[in-house]
Amino acid sequence: MKILVPVKRVIDYNVKVRVKSDNTGVETQNVKMSMNPFDEIAIEEAVRLKEAGKATEIIAVSVGPSQCQETLRTAMAIGADSGILIETDETVEPLNVAKLLKAVVDEQSPDIVIMGKQAIDDDSNQTGQMLSTLLGWGQATFASKVELEDGSAKVTRELDGGLETLSIKTPCIITTDLRLNEPRYASLPNIMKAKKKPMETKSPSDYGVEISNRLEILKVEEPAARAGGITVPDVDTLIDKLKNEAKVI
Amino acid sequence: MSILVIAEHDNQSIKDATLSTIAAAKEIGGDITVLVAGQGCDGAAQAASQIEGVSTVLKADDASLSHNLAENLAPLVADTVKSKGCEHVLAPGSTFGKGFLPCVSALLDVQQLTDIIGVEGADTFKRPIYGGQAIATVKTSDAIKVMTVRATAFDKVAASGGSASVEDLGGASNSGLSSFVGQELSVSERPELTSAGVVVSGGRGVGSSDDFKIIEALADKLGAAVGASRAAVDSGYISNDHQVGQTGKVVAPELYIAVGISGAIQHLAGMKDSKIIVAINKDEEAPIFQVADYGLVADLFDAAPALTEKL
Ligand SMILES: Cc1cc2nc3c(=O)[nH]c(=O)nc-3n(C[C@H](O)[C@H](O)[C@H](O)COP(=O)(O)OP(=O)(O)OC[C@H]3O[C@@H](n4cnc5c(N)ncnc54)[C@H](O)[C@@H]3O)c2cc1C
Repeated sequence: MKILVPVKRVIDYNVKVRVKSDNTGVETQNVKMSMNPFDEIAIEEAVRLKEAGKATEIIAVSVGPSQCQETLRTAMAIGADSGILIETDETVEPLNVAKLLKAVVDEQSPDIVIMGKQAIDDDSNQTGQMLSTLLGWGQATFASKVELEDGSAKVTRELDGGLETLSIKTPCIITTDLRLNEPRYASLPNIMKAKKKPMETKSPSDYGVEISNRLEILKVEEPAARAGGITVPDVDTLIDKLKNEAKVI
Repeated sequence: MSILVIAEHDNQSIKDATLSTIAAAKEIGGDITVLVAGQGCDGAAQAASQIEGVSTVLKADDASLSHNLAENLAPLVADTVKSKGCEHVLAPGSTFGKGFLPCVSALLDVQQLTDIIGVEGADTFKRPIYGGQAIATVKTSDAIKVMTVRATAFDKVAASGGSASVEDLGGASNSGLSSFVGQELSVSERPELTSAGVVVSGGRGVGSSDDFKIIEALADKLGAAVGASRAAVDSGYISNDHQVGQTGKVVAPELYIAVGISGAIQHLAGMKDSKIIVAINKDEEAPIFQVADYGLVADLFDAAPALTEKL
């Protein structure tokens, strides 16, 4: 059983994102970058399946600039066996990422693709679903529990109204939600080992995918700032303000 | 222009998020068709026909559509878009819409837009990125425009006053790729989190599921929905469907009371468009105070019960 895990390099989730003064995007110079947290959960899940003897091989793949090598090394330090970098300096929209991933799936023939439900930069939440459709595979999005069975996977999903369990035929796509697992910290020996694991670098054209974007970002702005509030000294004042000033109760 | 809205419903009635999605469709402007796909969904189709501004309701009633399985729903939607010549396809930005709509986009070879919060023109929309830390204005060059809509950003259209015709689309086919096994739905007497007028949320500071009753008591006194931070959900104080934030639910009530929540960026992403924000936290440096209209620096175990009692 082979698992493919796509990983994305994004601004670290702890960084306060700043909009560029010319409104063309957000500041990425000298900003800490990390693996998208949902992708870390995806790698961790794959590694746990391997440790449980259910999977034999984990391939991590990343689409983006050469620095994504670091993201792939992180994935390998957590436990991926090898990495594929599809190198491009262009912005790659989710549909194109899905097309590239489809080509990787056609080449590598994994049994399952486990990936993050969304990347915390563009918050699209699309790539996994698009990939499943392009492949004609089943999907289970927003997974909080995965159990592999013979020829299928039983997946519990986090929905707005509660939890739902689906059974999907393998091969399939699973996208991860926050509570699927808690990713481990890579140990120093594993970080060292990861440096020696195989990594291939390809280009989008190697996979016959032309990166043609459909979306044009006209402007990126700061969200409307909230007017400053006040500190109230006690519960009575708070109630008074809510009743008589804000008039919300 | 012809706009297709995919309704979120429970077979009998239409969910509020659908009404906000139709509001976004009205802003785009054009003839609005609502698709109601489900099993035994006649009640929902009838309800959809009453919604203000809807001209046609399409009903697809089939066992394969009973649990919104993306593999069955997406081809039906994509075929409908093609046969009806729709130029816009909209669904609520809930787990329902997010689950299947990208599959429709892939079938139509369209780069979808997620969670639009503003309509600037027929091809230009505003959407939050980086958990709402920035707002992008995006223009799409796709002939068919597919998008999910953030419900809190559009005022619901009226659920009555319309008189659309209902057209039966017939059945759908089962892909056989996935099947429904079971569900654990949260049942609550309280208002629904995403549409409640008042939300009381608890964070890690609450400390335990037992003590979460303090939050629930305050919520009940106010007729409010109960929310939570990720830390509270991960610690098991309350179930995951209460999580507010970048990866949970987005709420924008008249009044949001955050109790024992520090105000991480990811939490703010889900509540900072609330009209009035109250924060109760014992740490005066907590970032939540930066977005709060009224901050109370206090121990929540004193302040929250006192608030419940005095209201
Ligand atoms: C990919 C990703 C997605 C995320 N998505 C979300 C999301 O959707 N929603 C979300 O909420 N978080 C999300 N998070 C987590 C987020 O970063 C924070 O960790 C989380 O919001 C913290 O929750 P908290 O404020 O309850 O806990 P803490 O940050 O631990 O804050 C607890 C607060 O309680 C106060 N407190 C403690 N005791 C008392 C007392 N007795 N009286 C009064 N105050 C007290 C403390 O002063 C503190 O400010 C996400 C994180 C990641 C990485």
